[in-house]
Amino acid sequence: MATANIQTPDLAHDVHHDHDHEHHDNFITKYIFSTDHKMIAKQFLITGIFWALLGGILSVIFRLQLGFPDMQLEWLRPFLGKWITEQGKIDPEFYLALVTMHGTIMVFFVLTAGLSGTFSNFLIPLQIGARDMASGFMNMLSYWFFFLSSIIMLSSLFIETGPAAGGWVVYPPLSALPQAISGSQLGMTMWLVAMVFFIVSTLLGGVNYISTVINMRTQGMSFSKLPLTIWAFFLTAIIGLLSFPVLIAAALLLVFDRSFGTSFYLSEIYIGGEALPNMGGSPILYQHLFWFLGHPEVYIVLLPALGITSEIIATNSRKPIFGYRAMIGSMLGITILSFIVWAHHMFVTGMNPFLGSIFMLLTLIIAVPSAVKVFNYLTTLWKGNLVFTPAMLFSIGLVSFFISGGLTGIFLGNAAIDIQLHDTYFVVAHFHLVMGSASFFGLMAGVYHWFPKMFGRMMDAKLGYIHFWLTFVGVYMVFFPMHYIGIAGFPRRYYSFTNFDAFNSFTDLNAFVSIAAIFTLGAQFIFLFNFFYSMFKGRVAPANPWRSTTLEWTTPINPGHGNWPGAIPTVYRWPYDYSKPGAAEDFIPQHIPYSQTKESNLPHENELIKLENEGDVVIVNENKH
Amino acid sequence: MASTAAVTTEAKGSIWNGGQSPLKVSYGKLMMWFFLLSDAFSFSALLITYGMIRFSHPAYQGAVADFVPSQEYWPIPEMVYNAVPFLHGVHAPLVFVGIMTFILILSSVTMVLAVEAGHRMDRKNVEKWMLWTIVGGLTFLGCQAWEWAHFIHGTDGGVVAKFLTVDGWVDRTVFGANLTVNQYGPPAFAALFFFITGFHGTHVFSGVVLNFIVFYNTVVGTYDKRGHYEMVEKVGLYWHFVDLVWVFVFTFFYLV
Repeated sequence: MATANIQTPDLAHDVHHDHDHEHHDNFITKYIFSTDHKMIAKQFLITGIFWALLGGILSVIFRLQLGFPDMQLEWLRPFLGKWITEQGKIDPEFYLALVTMHGTIMVFFVLTAGLSGTFSNFLIPLQIGARDMASGFMNMLSYWFFFLSSIIMLSSLFIETGPAAGGWVVYPPLSALPQAISGSQLGMTMWLVAMVFFIVSTLLGGVNYISTVINMRTQGMSFSKLPLTIWAFFLTAIIGLLSFPVLIAAALLLVFDRSFGTSFYLSEIYIGGEALPNMGGSPILYQHLFWFLGHPEVYIVLLPALGITSEIIATNSRKPIFGYRAMIGSMLGITILSFIVWAHHMFVTGMNPFLGSIFMLLTLIIAVPSAVKVFNYLTTLWKGNLVFTPAMLFSIGLVSFFISGGLTGIFLGNAAIDIQLHDTYFVVAHFHLVMGSASFFGLMAGVYHWFPKMFGRMMDAKLGYIHFWLTFVGVYMVFFPMHYIGIAGFPRRYYSFTNFDAFNSFTDLNAFVSIAAIFTLGAQFIFLFNFFYSMFKGRVAPANPWRSTTLEWTTPINPGHGNWPGAIPTVYRWPYDYSKPGAAEDFIPQHIPYSQTKESNLPHENELIKLENEGDVVIVNENKH
Repeated sequence: MASTAAVTTEAKGSIWNGGQSPLKVSYGKLMMWFFLLSDAFSFSALLITYGMIRFSHPAYQGAVADFVPSQEYWPIPEMVYNAVPFLHGVHAPLVFVGIMTFILILSSVTMVLAVEAGHRMDRKNVEKWMLWTIVGGLTFLGCQAWEWAHFIHGTDGGVVAKFLTVDGWVDRTVFGANLTVNQYGPPAFAALFFFITGFHGTHVFSGVVLNFIVFYNTVVGTYDKRGHYEMVEKVGLYWHFVDLVWVFVFTFFYLV
């Protein structure tokens, strides 16, 4: 493929090559305290995979309790110790800790740090044509703050009073009063400390991503030529930058309530028959502050997955993405709307119904940009020359989850229906499909698609297909039945179904869900094997295995620090020139000038040829900081 | 800034076409701006918290002159912040905090002068104005320490407040304020005061530390070697932001 080679017609620009000098890396600077965005991305990915596995195992443990309430779990005692009761069952308070840690780990450590951390870091410099992030040092700090946060959160699992147990939202007063539950003691403090470090990591990463996208795009890479991945990462970083500081404020106020005797969230509480002195605060205040982060967080998790999907679906349909500008517009719409819908999580807090109806309206408006995205995916697939790579399958799986989980979002966004469905398994089913599984599939799609760029080798496609089908079927088997349990009214986070006559008839369904969950977790080991085996023993990757148009495939197969050995390619066209009529190949990379593709140019593109030569006058000084 | 990237033909179109900094600023300054945007959201969250708790308490009704502190209603700021060092017993509403605010704003002015001197590569003047900015910041912190100390210490007479104990409600005389009790009004008033001015004070303190590092680098000639004084601008942005936030904190706690 001639087009896969680096073709830089104007070498006049880019005269400084300071980043190209030889790096004499030792093990520590190369693999541990690396400032190379690609290595940092891999660090985030590996840490994220570790967390995903742990989060998955926790969920299977509490699914055992839900599906088989009479099961003897004595065999878990070597791992869980005194959290297994005398009767050989899971301790009810530890059950709450399991649910809390599963949520925290999956939302923050896997789908925020593991997804954004990996792919924003990896793809932003490669796809915009930059040698590295704006500040490699801050990027490194971002990972190490995440690592520190991970260590603290992980060690909270092993302390005597157990990890935080107030749900991943850690609502006060439960989380604010150490005497309320053992999970509100040291574990809760460690949760808050870990989250503060996590937020620092996110902010360090976020300012870096934003500044890099604005300042470091290569010649010709205007915002209207950016791949949709970059648009998604860019908007994700902006959402994180504006919402996480509010969580920091909320968490610090909670720290003061817990440890220094203030009453920001506490008022008029009796606990164990004893009146507490706290007066004047409001637990609802915490919910407002939390959900001001919490709702945008949903899109922090989802948008990168949607961006990755846009890229993979267009590449593997061999078609331009349908509605490129509509995709950007809908992501912008989602970004803005994500900040003004938070109170739909709080319809049952005694909120003024009129206010509820405003938040309901705003919430339902999100269906519009979401539907635009779904239709654009489907119309991109429509009559495409589909190439079913594992990444493509996972992307299509994402679209499926996004539709089936998104539809239930319209129910839940209705204040009146939410009264029945609030905090039931219907909600669990909804967000696990639309945000959890969809984002997880986006993450998987990204790993399969960019693995050749990360490690220079191919993952095994057959194992990928098996992994996809088992996971896809497994996810639906886990979460689809939960809708019924939820509509029947069963509340989430409850330890046991069997104490209530109303829910006895769901015992079989719950057992089914639990078996499906174990099955789905088991399927992930296929991926783990494939991932680590291919890293060392996989088939060596060609330069452009998916015949893709974006800039990362113009780098060497194993790019060094600095990404391009010579000059950074100039960009002339948008990233979706697939199957262009008249073109020799069914894709034209972004760095191919129109002057070389006269056979496929549209009339207005012929006009652009004469501008291409003028590009020579532009001198880029890469040292300009 | 060694900018060589500005050569574009008209037909080439927008400055946003890549290969240059579209906003004509370095990435470092961009990062500072975005960090400040982010930090503005933390302060907004705290001030909204203040507003929400403030308005869930009843306000004081009656003439200002008759004001007596009580846990039953939110206090009037000028009757709480009315002390000045060395003038014991003198009622000087908001005088001391006015002086503090003035000093902080003056330090912003000296920061502007330092940035301006940096543009001219005038090391002597950068040194001078950075030093004045540091002095201003430290003075503000000192004033805040006194203000806190006075607030914690309380008035001579104290205030009688009700407490719920195992024996039921008992009356106790309270002197000063801390995070749980408060002689000036509801405990939430003191807790918010300490938390928000403390959060701001932490920002001022880190600003002083950053200013000092930049001052040191200026003295040893780091920026002369580098060829530009952009670091002065970056810490300047932070310093102005911290001042601006104080204006809002001041408005919420002392004026409203």
